[in-house]
Amino acid sequence: MSTQTAPPLLSGPELGERLRALAGVDAVRPAAAGDAIGGVSAQWVVEPHSDRDAASLLRFATEAGLSVIPRGGGSKLSWGNPPQRADLLLCTLGLHRIVEHTWADMTVTVEAGCTIAELQRALAKHRQRLAVDPLWPERATVGGILSTNDTGALRLSYGGLRDLVIGLTLVLPDGTIAKSGGKVVKNVAGYDLPKLATGALGTLGVITQAIFRVHPLPAGTQTLQLQPAGLPGMQRTILDLLNSDLPCAQMQACLTSGAAPALYLGLEGTAAGLAAQEKTIRERMQPMPLSFATAEVWRARQDLWTPPKEGVYAAVAKLSVLPSKLMEVAAALDRLAQARQAQWRAVLQGTGIGWLRVEAAEPASAVELFREMRTAIESGGGSLTIAPLPPRSVAAELVNGGATALSAENAIDFWGGAGDALPLMAAVKRQFDPQRTLNPGRFVGGI
Amino acid sequence: MTQQPSNLSATSAAAGVSPAVLAELRSIMGERGLLTAPVDLRTYECDGLTNFRVMPQAVVLAESAAQVQAVVRLCHRERIPFVARGAGTGLSGGALPVADGIVISLTRMNRILEVDLENARVVVEPGVINADVTSRIAAAGFFYAPDPSSQSVCTVGGNVAENSGGLHCLKYGFTTTHVVGLEVILPDGQLVHLGGSALDPPGYDLLGVFVGSEGTLGIATRITLRIVKRAQCVQTLLAAFNGTNDAGAAVSAIIAAGLYPAAMEMMDRLAIEASEAAVHANYPPCGGLLLVEMDGATAEVEANVEQVEALCRSHGAWEIRRAKTAAERTLIWKGRKAAFAAMGRISPDYIVQDGVIPRTRLPEIMDEIATLSDEAGLRVANVFHAGDGNLHPLVLYDARVPGQEAAAERLASRILELCIEKGGSITGEHGVGEEKKFMMSKMFAEPDLETMQRVRCAFDPLHLSNPTKIFPRPRLCGEKGGKYAPHPLETAGVAERF
Repeated sequence: MSTQTAPPLLSGPELGERLRALAGVDAVRPAAAGDAIGGVSAQWVVEPHSDRDAASLLRFATEAGLSVIPRGGGSKLSWGNPPQRADLLLCTLGLHRIVEHTWADMTVTVEAGCTIAELQRALAKHRQRLAVDPLWPERATVGGILSTNDTGALRLSYGGLRDLVIGLTLVLPDGTIAKSGGKVVKNVAGYDLPKLATGALGTLGVITQAIFRVHPLPAGTQTLQLQPAGLPGMQRTILDLLNSDLPCAQMQACLTSGAAPALYLGLEGTAAGLAAQEKTIRERMQPMPLSFATAEVWRARQDLWTPPKEGVYAAVAKLSVLPSKLMEVAAALDRLAQARQAQWRAVLQGTGIGWLRVEAAEPASAVELFREMRTAIESGGGSLTIAPLPPRSVAAELVNGGATALSAENAIDFWGGAGDALPLMAAVKRQFDPQRTLNPGRFVGGI
Repeated sequence: MTQQPSNLSATSAAAGVSPAVLAELRSIMGERGLLTAPVDLRTYECDGLTNFRVMPQAVVLAESAAQVQAVVRLCHRERIPFVARGAGTGLSGGALPVADGIVISLTRMNRILEVDLENARVVVEPGVINADVTSRIAAAGFFYAPDPSSQSVCTVGGNVAENSGGLHCLKYGFTTTHVVGLEVILPDGQLVHLGGSALDPPGYDLLGVFVGSEGTLGIATRITLRIVKRAQCVQTLLAAFNGTNDAGAAVSAIIAAGLYPAAMEMMDRLAIEASEAAVHANYPPCGGLLLVEMDGATAEVEANVEQVEALCRSHGAWEIRRAKTAAERTLIWKGRKAAFAAMGRISPDYIVQDGVIPRTRLPEIMDEIATLSDEAGLRVANVFHAGDGNLHPLVLYDARVPGQEAAAERLASRILELCIEKGGSITGEHGVGEEKKFMMSKMFAEPDLETMQRVRCAFDPLHLSNPTKIFPRPRLCGEKGGKYAPHPLETAGVAERF
């Protein structure tokens, strides 16, 4: 899908006027340097306050041949390949209401620009939560975590976003406002478009509202730390626990080059239940050392984006393999890193999804390492996608800046192979966005 | 009353399958893989929704993905619509044949291909019986979670098409939660892989769209399932209330307390009566019966079950029984699972309805259903998945009494309209199929349906795969979205828009 789009019919101040007429004076501002996406600068930032405004803007952009980059909190805006063009940034932060929390039905309807932290605070008033633990919840929005499909270790017990989103409002590039799913947890009427839009990186439509099923907050939580011996011991322990009748809400292995690995288990339940679970795990894991840890360890994934020291380049990637292959991946990473005098850290979760960080003196060697890792992982049926540092404009707030190994000079395809369904994916894109208005080029295979 | 489906295939006009094409089908399938005699085709003229019947031109009994692919390629070349079929237990007419098309039966593709306990994955062919998956892995302490009441006969391929639910989806989710990968023959005969064995492969979640698409996007020929380890402890209890409102209030209290049962089921007096007559589960005769199952770590479950019991008592439960053995638990569930079929004991005919409401609207809809039932002079038995608001009203009637069947159908669709009015859905697990496609326009606006059909156009631009189901009006692929343009058949007065 690398067809070149014709230059837009409108630009500059004239375009600004048209946008103001459509969405209101307050909703439009010129793009600043910090609004660039993957090094591509935008012209205007628009912030609609209703899905109808969003629809008018999108229809106008499509008719005028302008490309649109949807943006929520901006924390993961650097994910995906750089866009081929970026005329308008469509900011969803103006759509931030929690429309309805029907706590007795355990569902919540929320607009796309609401941050996860704000949503969780509202749900907590009724002792409920959206059972996800995405990156940078104070900044990340509902639309952003859906579009990037970003969840953490809780996925082991509650599923991913695809399992929690039950309804969606999607505004298409031609201005169609389409609702799918609904407000009930169990519903098979029509195609499951909420799943289609989850992880689509805003390439099919702009999410303006979502409906989720929510869960009760656990009565209590407990984090345990285990110290299995070496990578083989770690692999055995992970599989033993996954295949046991002990319910772990979260499970993650934290590994660092040259250090002993640690395995963390997150338990949920009543005080009596937690004590009993801990006792059982202790007995079954004998004589492995077991201790208590704080809930802080669940931030380990987020800490992978911490800026490196001066003169060092860092790169982060997400991987997904079968749980039985996690330590094979860690061993391969260690081998490849040693050959390049690179340092690495990994947070590998019980679902088989993991996150890697590599630090090297040369940006190229970190990128080359990911390439080799990708080849190895894909040959085993898994995937490796790049997860760059947040863009500079928001990085200051999230991770205090930092040097990334990934730049135009060290280009690596963000996604890797999408398999034999790629032509079908391109056909879906053509149906939803034939003019390639939304995020052109950012998704798999140049979609 | 046998109805003819009133929608027209977008391909339409094909006068049937020519002898030349039949010969080609025979060369792909062999003699024992092709049915063309009317007496053989009769078996396939309907699924579990027996009041819709259509005779197909032919039925192929596929034994491999290669055969499915060859047949679909031929259909694509000749523009012949096809309908995939598993065990035919569907309740919305999803497997109803198309008159000018063929049926592709997948029941002979019934091998469990791989069992990977380490990674909790099982790979099956589409014709594998749902319950056979669990039987295969039960000894290792695993189970396959989606458990529709028909699980002893329905196929996994059919479950994938319908996104089947079951009793335990409150906690464990639906078929879509447990399918991680598919091999699919697309409507043009191409073979593609959606999802995989690992999670989150790059690209659109086409797997998520395919599951529950009711056979309209292609045919799954190989299915990778996620299985679940059995919990350390399972506790099932039964609580008898005076009426469904009391039982419903107890359900709300259980949810409000932050408890998270694996299943919560409710039956009203008539449903209990029928079930008792059929399988003797020894349910107490009461106006509202609640079945609750909790599972998890032992200490946790023990504490939670105490709390559930206390909440049931404080909301008027006058008898509570806990299943003490696995056999007792099986008996409790047997009564519930047999409820639909049991209606035959108390009524010559009945309609199984499937609607969903937000759980908190339960008391009001129960009152409204009672009023409608009185007005129509027809009995309605109620069985529901109380935890997730999925209602299964069973409208009882006698087809021999003139006008009763029509009245029953009116009552059943009126109940669905109530579900929509309360912010719910026209189907929680049975699917839209042939039966409810005209209700789709009541639940969704035209742009919503038009957007869904864009997906269909990407998968099946010629509308060959189960073409007449789900949508009230097929979208002509290639037509621009937006402004409504009448279908040529509408203009010609051949078809009507709903």
